[in-house]
Amino acid sequence: MNRSVLTSRLNSVAAVVLFVLLPCCVSPLAALEVPPLTGRVNDTASMVSEQTREKLENMLEQFEKTDSTQIVLLTIPSLEGEVLEVFSMKVVEKWKIGQENLDNGALLLIARDERKIRIEVGYGLEGRLTDLIAGRIISREIVPRFRNGQIDEGISAGLVAMINAVRGEYKQDGAGSEPAQDSDPFGLIFILIFAFIFIGRVFHNKPKTAALSGGLSSPVLGLMFLPQLGFWLLALIPVGILGGLFMSSLSIASSGGGFYTGGGYGGSSSGGFGGGFSGGGGCFGGGGASGGW
Amino acid sequence: MKRMTLLVLITGLLSVVLSGCGYNSLQVQEESVFKAWADVESTLQRRADLIPNLVETVKGYAKHEQETLQAVIEARAKVGSMQISAKDLNNPEAMQQFTAAQGGLSSALSRLMVVVERYPDLKANQSFLDLQNQLEGTENRINVSRQRYNTAVSNFNGAIRKFPASLTNKFLLHLERKEYFKAEKGAEVAPKVTF
Repeated sequence: MNRSVLTSRLNSVAAVVLFVLLPCCVSPLAALEVPPLTGRVNDTASMVSEQTREKLENMLEQFEKTDSTQIVLLTIPSLEGEVLEVFSMKVVEKWKIGQENLDNGALLLIARDERKIRIEVGYGLEGRLTDLIAGRIISREIVPRFRNGQIDEGISAGLVAMINAVRGEYKQDGAGSEPAQDSDPFGLIFILIFAFIFIGRVFHNKPKTAALSGGLSSPVLGLMFLPQLGFWLLALIPVGILGGLFMSSLSIASSGGGFYTGGGYGGSSSGGFGGGFSGGGGCFGGGGASGGW
Repeated sequence: MKRMTLLVLITGLLSVVLSGCGYNSLQVQEESVFKAWADVESTLQRRADLIPNLVETVKGYAKHEQETLQAVIEARAKVGSMQISAKDLNNPEAMQQFTAAQGGLSSALSRLMVVVERYPDLKANQSFLDLQNQLEGTENRINVSRQRYNTAVSNFNGAIRKFPASLTNKFLLHLERKEYFKAEKGAEVAPKVTF
């Protein structure tokens, strides 16, 4: 095969790859991006004054401390053709407001140019902040004030009303409940057995190396499968050393040819922290209400 | 001793190979399809539950709209008689009938909402406004749960066709592909309720 044929082949492969990837790169840009979660008050449309912003931020923070419920405000300049309800669902699915398992988050979304308002309610708050109450908060608290041009007052009144509506619902749980972590003790045991067998095969006449690699790899694997063990992970080191020693001393009669250990396991990662505040992993099911002014 | 090691080896290998080939994950995914479907059903039930109240409220103000009201009542009755169980999710016909009944209710409701525009007294009535709010919220929930169900179905259908899970499914699990919950034509848009 000469060089020019090779380059032309490479070019065509590159073209195909580009052709396949292009739609993936372009399509997300067409839709309105969910802005990053910067705090409890996300005023990307600059509708709220500086003082009110601070006041609201403090109020919502206090509320989360006492009741563990997360209420977040988002203002956007424009929906850019996107449907209000669809966009607000995207926001809460990305931000995951509310504590995990309690699903006690709520979002007040305001689209400035379309003059539209939506309150999105997490599963856990649907009992208190019903569609009906959310609708009343919009039409009685927010809309009349917005119509008078009192944007700060309208937003404050809306958030206060939301707080009053959900007050007490999750009080006993308080803030800072530990998010549950995925744990997989059986996965760990199987993977450890296979790691030892593998190590034993590779270093079957070098027991010291086998013990060392067993001792090193065990806590690492443990971290992947049972991160909540914490310091107990260190207890896996002697286990690993013994496992490595034992397996390398056994001569396992088997023909060559590697085997794959099933991949697909991964630790769960919680959402990144943005400015000291992040969603706790709450779920939403489309409850809430919409309105406009 | 040797036998013991071999046994451990084989058990370990088997479980890793099977889990690597989707024996567990396929079943988990099928279960999440069932769960998503349960959510769809509960939101649809929620809508059906709202209708008697809605009809009563509208009746008081719009006596001349018997026909539209009757259509809503009938569509609701039809929906109530047609339940779909989790094991029917792989049956295209059952699913289509179910979708058609739900779509019928959606369009009857949106016709009612258009008619209502002609009655300013009704539109000013507080309990009607409240019902409107709830109906709107419920329609939105239906959309969300439908979308989630379809995502779960597409994950599952994709998973049972992917190698090597496809082999696991073919020889061991025999799970069938699930039907999507498509919106009926004309019913994609939730009844527009404007103030």
